[in-house]
Amino acid sequence: MAKMTVNTEKCKGCELCVSVCPKKIIKIRKDIRTPKGYCPAECTDQAQCTGCAMCFTMCPDCAITVER
Amino acid sequence: MANERMLMKGNEALAEAAVRAGCKCYFGYPITPQTEIAAYMSKRMPKCGGVFLQAESEIAAINMVYGAAATGVRAMTSSSSPGVSLKSEGISYAAGCDLPCVIVNVQRAGPGLGGIQPAQNDYYLATRAAGHGDFFLIVYAPSSVQEMADYVVKAFDMADKYRMPAMILTDGVLGQMMEPVVFSDPSDSTVNKDWAATGHKNERKHNIINSLYLQPEELEKSNIARYKKYDIVKAELPEAESYLTEDADIIVTGYGASARIVRSAVNAARAEGIKAGMIRPITLWPFPAEAYAKTVDTCKAYLCVELSMGQMIDDVKLATSCRRPVRFFGRTGGVIHTPAEILEQIRTIAKEELK
Amino acid sequence: MAIYQKPHALEDVSMHFCPGCTHGIVHRLVCEVIDEMGIEGDTIGICPVGCSVVSYDYFGCDMIEAAHGRAPAVATGVKRSRPDKFVFTYQGDGDLAAIGTCETVHAATRGENITIIFINNTIYGMTGGQMAPTTLPGQVTQTTPFGRDPKVAGYPVRICEMLSTLTGTAYAERVAVDSPAHINAAKKAIRKGFEVQKNEQGFSIIEVLSTCPTNWGMTPLESMERLRTEMIPYYPLGVYKDITAEK
Repeated sequence: MAKMTVNTEKCKGCELCVSVCPKKIIKIRKDIRTPKGYCPAECTDQAQCTGCAMCFTMCPDCAITVER
Repeated sequence: MANERMLMKGNEALAEAAVRAGCKCYFGYPITPQTEIAAYMSKRMPKCGGVFLQAESEIAAINMVYGAAATGVRAMTSSSSPGVSLKSEGISYAAGCDLPCVIVNVQRAGPGLGGIQPAQNDYYLATRAAGHGDFFLIVYAPSSVQEMADYVVKAFDMADKYRMPAMILTDGVLGQMMEPVVFSDPSDSTVNKDWAATGHKNERKHNIINSLYLQPEELEKSNIARYKKYDIVKAELPEAESYLTEDADIIVTGYGASARIVRSAVNAARAEGIKAGMIRPITLWPFPAEAYAKTVDTCKAYLCVELSMGQMIDDVKLATSCRRPVRFFGRTGGVIHTPAEILEQIRTIAKEELK
Repeated sequence: MAIYQKPHALEDVSMHFCPGCTHGIVHRLVCEVIDEMGIEGDTIGICPVGCSVVSYDYFGCDMIEAAHGRAPAVATGVKRSRPDKFVFTYQGDGDLAAIGTCETVHAATRGENITIIFINNTIYGMTGGQMAPTTLPGQVTQTTPFGRDPKVAGYPVRICEMLSTLTGTAYAERVAVDSPAHINAAKKAIRKGFEVQKNEQGFSIIEVLSTCPTNWGMTPLESMERLRTEMIPYYPLGVYKDITAEK
């Protein structure tokens, strides 16, 4: 069972993770702001996450952790 | 050959003494009249496990020194005036990072490409403007081949002690001349350099060698702390030789090669019955102001002699609080003054100031 | 069990880079290699002047800040005084290919046993987007407002091609960080550079084609597209020199 989590202290909402997710289950939360004022990424459907870590690989801020 | 008396060129004596002082890395670039230092190091360093590297430029050489000093080893570079201008950037960074290292300037005449003959025209550069920003270097001015050897050892020791770059400000006369020299025993200085970048072995937090402070208040704090250190250096380090000054009416002052000629002129003046003396600063920064201040009540006039258009004279006026006339005599462009010329200056002062 | 997370050698702090800037990716890759080789305690890194000027706060190994362009000379001093340490520099295109060209070329030709991570994003980032030596012909920057005209501003420098002609260069590879596949390849190249250094084989340089969304005036995604469609054709990816593959 894979799990992707975003550290909202570090996420800058750049959307690079969104663009590479093969399952298209990462979205930008336009309704919330991180402490730095960015809209963070979030996994919308953990059940579908395969733990491929494409999002982790692409993240410029080391804000993503992937467990599986 | 530990304490044997040897006949050596000033540049070579300085290089040998640096090795004995534990200099592990030498980075240099050829320029007259200091090239003997690089040549000597290229032979000597490989034999004692040290590093000699001819850099692609003066800029690279000082930055290699910066890198080696950052890892805590004793490192040195040498050059002559135009090359030291190029090193200014790296010297400022070393000062900003509080890195101990030694820079040797065997001065030649400027400005610009100037000439290859001896000069003392980098006094301002060494003591006032060795690079951008608020900082100073410890500056030693040897006056004999023996002192070339002795003061490079001291420069390394004091650089380590106070964690700041030190400069040997010498000139083509001292670099090229041969005199007997006796080397002291190898330095056993063991300064703890726990700040150095040596690889943390997973045993401590990482060390950072850096002079960047993006917050103005932090940079100001760092500069103020460094100037507090300079206050200690100013109290502890000034060094000067006073010769026949106690009863002197006229004190002639000069450093390095000039001081050798001044001494002859002072002796000649004494032989004529003029009470002349000499103050020879050995540290140019911190300037030995006290040596001058002690004489102001009794001395009637000063004469500053330099191989320049007049640079150290500013410090002499400050040290004497302008309470007495300070005259200047200098030759420049690589021309060296003679004892007779200086004696003539002393006679003139005796005539005009000792009425 | 967490399997993909911040490497130990990367400090646990929020980096100052702009959103979508690929500096952070390359920082992580270098730190992953340091972790995997188990060399954090024996590595000394040299920072440049440019956007990654404060990277000494991000890399967990001992760090030294160099003057603009002088990192290869500083690294030389470090490596010569501590030959048993791993020494890397992290430099941008202005730092390495303009003001520091002399130091770079000579460190390479000496075969200095160091690894250079070279970030090529075709622009000066920190000073606000001026022309870099790697700026592409026609590219608009603050100092080429009508696009870089080679007749006036000359042509872009291809560093890997240039350095690969030098005997002292042991390994030179150009990689990109526009996709997970390219990022994985970039990490392998960085590892290769450190391995070359470990085996005392000489100078290694990994040129990383990177983005600068802020100064390019693009979104992070548009920047990746530009990297793919404009930069890679001008700066082909690949291994330009590998003495370990010869003979």
